[in-house]
Amino acid sequence: MSSLRTFRKNKLPAISTASLPDIVFILLFFFMTVVTINNQQIMVENTLPLATEAERLMKVDNIIEIYVGKPKDGQETLLGTAPRIQLGNTFVSMDQIASNALRELYLMPEHLRKSAMVSIKADKTIKMGIILDLKEELQSINLLKINYTTVQGDVFQNIE
Amino acid sequence: MSRFRQLPEVNAGSMADIAFLLLIFFLVTASIPTDEGLHRITPPKENRTTAEIKDRNLFELNLNRTGELMVEGETTPFSELRKMVKAFIDNGGILPGNSGYCSYCAGTGDALLSENPQKAIIALRVPREADYSVYVTVQNELQGAYNELRNEVSITLYGATFEEMKEEYNKGGVVTERKEVLQRKIKKIQEMYPQKILEISTSNF
Repeated sequence: MSSLRTFRKNKLPAISTASLPDIVFILLFFFMTVVTINNQQIMVENTLPLATEAERLMKVDNIIEIYVGKPKDGQETLLGTAPRIQLGNTFVSMDQIASNALRELYLMPEHLRKSAMVSIKADKTIKMGIILDLKEELQSINLLKINYTTVQGDVFQNIE
Repeated sequence: MSRFRQLPEVNAGSMADIAFLLLIFFLVTASIPTDEGLHRITPPKENRTTAEIKDRNLFELNLNRTGELMVEGETTPFSELRKMVKAFIDNGGILPGNSGYCSYCAGTGDALLSENPQKAIIALRVPREADYSVYVTVQNELQGAYNELRNEVSITLYGATFEEMKEEYNKGGVVTERKEVLQRKIKKIQEMYPQKILEISTSNF
């Protein structure tokens, strides 16, 4: 009896934390697999319109991203407020779209080029003219799959 | 043997801290890709052809620069659009027994709406001054109308919605045979309700 009492009093075993690193590593690997490192800086205002019927973009490798919008805060004095097109990490003028998109296409792995898709990430405040011109440019280099990238939400809020 | 028992254990207590640091670094620098949007396919540039299209098979949508929508010549609220498009596509205007009869259409057979979904064409006229957000709304409603029709017919035929089948098809790790079956089903439904959307840009409207 006396030995039991002393055991309770003094030798309470510590909870082993040896498996804690393993748990944290599992978390770490999970995040490393689901996540992509975003090394692109968006230089235009980019509030995407809302949509309910949007489909997920399944792959990441076969997508050419084009951002359209007004230059972000702080750059208006330099660049003005007219909407700009960003492809890759630079602003591109309308007649340079075709050559730049082709270069992006060339950088893609060969088996993905056939299924290449253009994701147009346009700010919801811009006018259709620039989108129509952009589509025409893409049509001229036979990039016909277009995705108007949106955010899940009530579409009728777009109209207000 | 006794020499090994004497060897002190390496303290692994700080391992968790190191792993946490790495984890936090990844959480900060990375973002989960959540891109989604409306898929559209533009027609190729070369093959511009002219075709005779009956007036009943053409559904005219007009946007104006102030963001109003006109359907077949009448101003219409955007919330009505999906219902009207569905009625137009799923009309099934040809009587049973005649060629072009649509056996799965649930429409009323209106004489002013389309003959069958294969012939139904939606013409969308967009002025350059229209807002992009309004255009996305219209595209979303068109997509929604087609999705609803496809889902309905897909449930009666295969017991699963079109969207579910597509999701399964696109998911990784599906067996090849299953993929082929899904592909055939998806194609069948796409042929039953093909998306024919014509876009016309107007500068002086």
